[in-house]
Amino acid sequence: MSSLISVNNLTRHYGDFCAVNNISFELAAGDILGFLGPNGAGKTSTMQMLSGNLAPTFGEISINGIDLLDKPKAAKASLGYLPENPPLYKEMTVTEYLQFCGRLHLITKTQLTSVCDSAIERCGLGDVRHRLINNLSKGFQQRVGIAQAILHSPPVIILDEPTVGLDPIQILEIRQLIKTLGETHGIILCTHILPEVQALCSRVQIINHGNLVYSSSIDELLHKQTTQYEMSLTDTVTQDEIASHDAFISVEQIDNNNFIIDSDLNAEQLIEYIVKLKWGLSRFTARQTSLEQIFIDLTVGDIDMREKNMVETS
Amino acid sequence: MILTIAKREFRSMFMSPLAWVILAVVQVILAWSFFSSIDVFFSIQSELTTLKNAPGVTDLIASPLFELASIVLLMVMPLLTMRLISEEKRNKTISLLLSAPVSITEIVLGKYLGLLFFIVCLLVLITLMPLSLAMGTELDLTKLFSGVFGLFLALAAFSAAGLYMSSLTDNPMIAAISTFGLLLLLWMLNVSNASATDGNNVFSYLSLHVHFTALLRGILNTRDIAYFLLFIFGFIVLAIRQLETQRLQS
Repeated sequence: MSSLISVNNLTRHYGDFCAVNNISFELAAGDILGFLGPNGAGKTSTMQMLSGNLAPTFGEISINGIDLLDKPKAAKASLGYLPENPPLYKEMTVTEYLQFCGRLHLITKTQLTSVCDSAIERCGLGDVRHRLINNLSKGFQQRVGIAQAILHSPPVIILDEPTVGLDPIQILEIRQLIKTLGETHGIILCTHILPEVQALCSRVQIINHGNLVYSSSIDELLHKQTTQYEMSLTDTVTQDEIASHDAFISVEQIDNNNFIIDSDLNAEQLIEYIVKLKWGLSRFTARQTSLEQIFIDLTVGDIDMREKNMVETS
Repeated sequence: MILTIAKREFRSMFMSPLAWVILAVVQVILAWSFFSSIDVFFSIQSELTTLKNAPGVTDLIASPLFELASIVLLMVMPLLTMRLISEEKRNKTISLLLSAPVSITEIVLGKYLGLLFFIVCLLVLITLMPLSLAMGTELDLTKLFSGVFGLFLALAAFSAAGLYMSSLTDNPMIAAISTFGLLLLLWMLNVSNASATDGNNVFSYLSLHVHFTALLRGILNTRDIAYFLLFIFGFIVLAIRQLETQRLQS
């Protein structure tokens, strides 16, 4: 089966500034792709190009096997897009708005009501369906935006920060919804919220300064071999005391009894070693390489380097 | 698809108070002028009967009404057209249309058509006034409808120019002011050459006013109609081009 989205050497310049530099990736059905990056990294520009809002300087995009630049109308028919700011006509009611979106996406009049009803139900908008969008809270407006994107059940759904402004319960509901949708559709999820990516996505990509700097499946990421462990001790032991033992390469104290240690020994050897020291070990876990760590390594380090370069050149 | 966008545009105009206020204000002003020109007509009626080839009711009441309507609407139309595209850009709702399977041409035409629906409403209300005289007297219907047609073409031209101006900016106020400026300039282009009314003059040919008054006098000339159609076509194409370019540059 061909992939739902395939992007080839996509590049976008704004004048001299290169917002997106030669990125390529693919999205298959049943994939939820997390698209990460610091502010101004080119996330939104990429999403805008995928949705046809912005023309690429060069590169190819095909959606569901149809070239977006050659046949924009046919390609866009299999696309649902929620931009950063949900595109809502605030003077319309929720139902009116969704019906308009349905008509835009070529849904026939006979199916319109049932399609809108199912989107309203899926996004939990039943209670507000006859209210003006303008009078809804930010969270509900966001949900209307999501409803609009999934209305015509497109094969490809692009969500740009879908959980912004939602309360914790709603966030869980929407995540559940995205997860369900992800089973049958291909979803690109653009977000700053790293735990969300970890909870939802099957694949992660990090973009920085327009370049794709990281791309891997989430399982691979989570099961990376680690040398860092977290432990809790009931006895009072100082950081220096722990560090004095050669088995630990480095020690970091979180609070009174909790430490992060780095060691060459494997978990079993390390536990044995610590138990012998009789510090009252009460908890011991291997630290997972968190997405956060990778994100910071890939993006912040780069910023430091850039600053250094700037100092050197100036 | 064009119709879907047009319908939404039309309905959203009536969902904001703006459309109602504009209809009301225009109607009140024109009704007052209509009323006073009937008054004048009554006072000079006896003198008219003594004249050979005296101007009829249509000339004395309907034509001045349409003339005034065109000037009032020259000021009002920019207020209607200003939000067409600029507001979509400002509220970012344009991305809904751009990511839907709709071409930019369809978006622009849909919006224009929605506005034409509104113009038809406006025209019906205005035309009803002189038409009501038909109850008491005989009207020169051909001349009347030529006037209505002229007014329609003029308003359609105003809208096309406004649509283009609205596509240039994301600030509705700027769109309104520049539309008003452009229209006023085009309207009175012939003023500087008031003596050269023979139509050979470039300025008077470009002036909206010259072509409009011809239709108002009941002269259905292809030249005037072609002028309006070209004017409308030109500005719509410019608006489409503008949106296409913005997609490339923005």
